[in-house]
Amino acid sequence: MQETIQTEHLAYTYPGVEDTPGVAVFKDLDLTIENGSFVAILGSNGCGKSTLAKHFNAILLPTGGKVWVYGMDTADEEKLIQIRRSVGMVFQNPDNQIVANVVEEDVAFGPENLGIASPEIRRRVELALKQVGMYEFREHAPHLLSGGQKQRIAIAGVIAMEPKCIVLDEPTAMLDPKGRREVMETVLRLNREKGITVILITHHMDEAAQAGRVVVLHQGQIAADGTPKEVFSQVDLLHRLGLAAPDTVELCWELDRKGFRLPLDRLTIEECGQALYESVMA
Amino acid sequence: MLKDITLGQYFPGNSAVHRLDPRTKLLLLIVYIVALFVAVSWVSYAVMLVCLCTVIAISKIPPKSILRGMKPLVMILIFTAVLNIFFSQGETVLVSFWKLTITLEGLLRAVQMMVRILMLVSGTFLLTYTTSPIALTDALESLLGPLKVIHVPVHELSMMMCIALRFIPTLIEETDKIMSAQRSRGADFENGSLMERVKALIPILVPLFISAFRRADELATAMECRCYHGGEGRTKMKLLRYGRNDYIAFLLGIVLLAVIFTLVHFGL
Repeated sequence: MQETIQTEHLAYTYPGVEDTPGVAVFKDLDLTIENGSFVAILGSNGCGKSTLAKHFNAILLPTGGKVWVYGMDTADEEKLIQIRRSVGMVFQNPDNQIVANVVEEDVAFGPENLGIASPEIRRRVELALKQVGMYEFREHAPHLLSGGQKQRIAIAGVIAMEPKCIVLDEPTAMLDPKGRREVMETVLRLNREKGITVILITHHMDEAAQAGRVVVLHQGQIAADGTPKEVFSQVDLLHRLGLAAPDTVELCWELDRKGFRLPLDRLTIEECGQALYESVMA
Repeated sequence: MLKDITLGQYFPGNSAVHRLDPRTKLLLLIVYIVALFVAVSWVSYAVMLVCLCTVIAISKIPPKSILRGMKPLVMILIFTAVLNIFFSQGETVLVSFWKLTITLEGLLRAVQMMVRILMLVSGTFLLTYTTSPIALTDALESLLGPLKVIHVPVHELSMMMCIALRFIPTLIEETDKIMSAQRSRGADFENGSLMERVKALIPILVPLFISAFRRADELATAMECRCYHGGEGRTKMKLLRYGRNDYIAFLLGIVLLAVIFTLVHFGL
């Protein structure tokens, strides 16, 4: 099967201002993201997560190496529109990515840019709004909605272009717990039901724990890569990189250090409780 | 405090006036304004007034809210009236004192000018009250479309208008936040001389501008991600289409113009 996104010896250096040298973010990064997968990308501030995300739909072009999106080279300008309609992008601040002052007009923005006929746009907008559960708000003004609702509108705006992959760059960073849950549920459903590849960049370990694969970046390199259980059980490594494991793993880890023998791959509260119960009973 | 500001006060509704194509309304407003300036006699003014009142009645816009919109005009109205009363030439002198004379003609002219301004503004209000800002932007883009031939960036202008309208509430909210932040650190916006109050605004404007630029940058990236590449090859979800009512409205507009011209021709 063809991979969604593949980076080959990716190197990127931010251009320097005047005489100062540029900042090298990546020197040699190889990463492959499979079709239909749900990948979380973790890392402390400044590790290059957002820079990497911007390479996935040709907002930034590599200064060395190649990025392939569905077999298309992102440096190929003729493929630009094709690449961007295949890989949608959702950003951190929902306010700064909504263009129109009516919800349905905003969702229609992407398909309108693609030159799709009016009845088809209407169909896509309605479908997209239903998929994120915002259909009844279609005639509202975006600035009167909550953060979670606005972010779901932004997601609807992306899926109305019918992309095969969505990249979300810290979509929940500015939201309250309720908004975070709404957005995560929407993203998980799109991945499971529609088979859309999801790349989620996040600071929240509990969100990453819901992914199928977790990639940890550190100083422009992959520090860990595997299923959430494999990655989060390496608690010492995570701490060294300035990250924390999910709360349940942290609890088990602390108790493990105090002499209780506990497994470090319990990601849900139920699993963790079961492990604690077994440990106490033994 | 800042939240009370409303722009393009649109009253959502479903009257015949609301449902007209926004282009029709815009063109009819121009016809109305032309007719208003052609009309000079009391009879033609009466015809115009009847037309205006009929349209207001059909639109179901409460006349009160139109009158409320007139408040900022009071100064202009008084100014116009004073100028016309004292500086019009006339024969029937009513009052004369010092170097000033008030003539009957001057007085009538003043009333006429005031009525004209009031009718002009209410007509414009009727358009913005019954048409959403987005529909107006679309109408402008469509009507100015032919100017693309002479390289007027029509699409870009309407896109800018649309984004500006979208960000007004966001920026007002932000201004409120910055003001509260500065006030909590002891800034004083209400007291002091005019100069001091103007100076107090600087710590609000600087962060507001910086944040607006940052927003613009992020919005541009987000738009690019959604395949925005200018107006070329772009389609619209909501197509503007003239219906039966639009043709009837155009017809009535032309009839009105003809009536006014005829009245003026016969000196009525």
